[in-house]
Amino acid sequence: MGNGVYLFVAMAAGIVVYAVYIYNTLVRRKASVENGWSQIDVQLKRRYDLIPNLVETVKGYATHEREVFERIAALRSAALSATSPEQAAPLQNQLTGALKSLFAVSENYPELKANRNFLALQEELASTENKIAFARQYYNDAVKAFNIAIDVFPNNLISRRLGYEPRSMWTAEDASELQSVQVSWR
Amino acid sequence: MVSFEGLIEHNKRLSYLLFFLLLLLLGGLGASVGVWWGGEWYTGLIVASAVAVIYFLISWYAGASMILSMSGAREIRHEDAPQLWNVVEELSIAAGLPMPKVYMIEDGAMNAFATGRDPQHASVAITRGLMEKLNREELQAVMAHEMSHVRNYDIRFAMLMAVMVGSIVLICDVVMRSVFFGRRRSSRSSDGGKGQAVMAVVAVVLAILAPLLASIIQLAVSRQREYLADASAVELTRNPAGLVSALRKLTSDPNELEGTSRGTQHLYIVNPLRKNKKGRDSLFSTHPSLESRIERIEGLSVARA
Repeated sequence: MGNGVYLFVAMAAGIVVYAVYIYNTLVRRKASVENGWSQIDVQLKRRYDLIPNLVETVKGYATHEREVFERIAALRSAALSATSPEQAAPLQNQLTGALKSLFAVSENYPELKANRNFLALQEELASTENKIAFARQYYNDAVKAFNIAIDVFPNNLISRRLGYEPRSMWTAEDASELQSVQVSWR
Repeated sequence: MVSFEGLIEHNKRLSYLLFFLLLLLLGGLGASVGVWWGGEWYTGLIVASAVAVIYFLISWYAGASMILSMSGAREIRHEDAPQLWNVVEELSIAAGLPMPKVYMIEDGAMNAFATGRDPQHASVAITRGLMEKLNREELQAVMAHEMSHVRNYDIRFAMLMAVMVGSIVLICDVVMRSVFFGRRRSSRSSDGGKGQAVMAVVAVVLAILAPLLASIIQLAVSRQREYLADASAVELTRNPAGLVSALRKLTSDPNELEGTSRGTQHLYIVNPLRKNKKGRDSLFSTHPSLESRIERIEGLSVARA
């Protein structure tokens, strides 16, 4: 009889320890998803800040490219007013494409390419694009790990009580989208 | 096809095994020297551990700054080298790590290294020669390799290995000197004489072999960690071609980096000493040969996120 009690207590203790471990894992995974998202946010804001400077610099040299400037300005304000990640993602991807075409166009203006201010802005923007891509990569990896962690048994017993929902990944722009950007550029 | 997870697990297991071997070597050396000098085996063990602990404390708190000042590195900010700074910042985002300190070495030779005790206290350094000769993609690959050393805790592991090897070499040095200058104490009693004579032989043999063994182990770990850092770098950048072309450029560099020595050569992305840079894999090389590194990078599977 005594042995049975000990066994029961040991099992209960084991289950509690395991539950705490699962809980901590879930919280950590969630924090890493949120950390990834805020990092994307920081870099997107930085891009919004850089764009007006860049456009002003390019305008001084490439006067015939009004169409690009307008497209970038429109995408920037549309993306700025987006409220959810699902809504913002395609706009952000199009903005990336539009900025690529701006740099492609600037190849045609040798004086612009010699401008130190332009070169510095180009480096900063290229770096910000990379940071967005890397932050997205980190975010997607975190989301993948989070979604698996809340779905497997027995973690799902706990995650359901915490109200954890699977998150959606930020998918990369598809080829058709990129092409449409290039077409508008010829 | 080799998965990153498999590679990292394999390397971790191997590293723990080799670290354990070094621990055994240090303990055995301490114990046999203790007996030989007429003490108890555990006295020797305690003294050997004390040496290692003091060595460890110095490296833990001052090691990174000592290595950086030895190599003549100078800390930089964003405005000193915007592209370099940006590349490191990009990779710290990709790896989900805090931004490390960035150092520049004013030298025409091409090299880079990482040091520190953990990702919160990490530094990455690059020579001006390397920074200027690489394009953006290659620079990103090289810094991704260094950030991987930080992320995989190679910087801490390299430090621990250096502490162990350093302690073993120090103890062996003391033993060899005492053999030559006859500092051996007289035995406590005559009946312990025979056992002590055996231990004396063991201690001397260990003193000769231990430093050699210790550095072979250290170098084996170093080579494995280079492969792993290459693989993790590709995992971060998803661009194996950048790393391959950077490695090609690095190895064709004819210059020798000043301010490096046999003690720090294993830290760099390629061996900084000219005579050790080329050649096949051997027990005594700090880095795998370029051919085997490129071969392994090309064997990795890369998926786009």
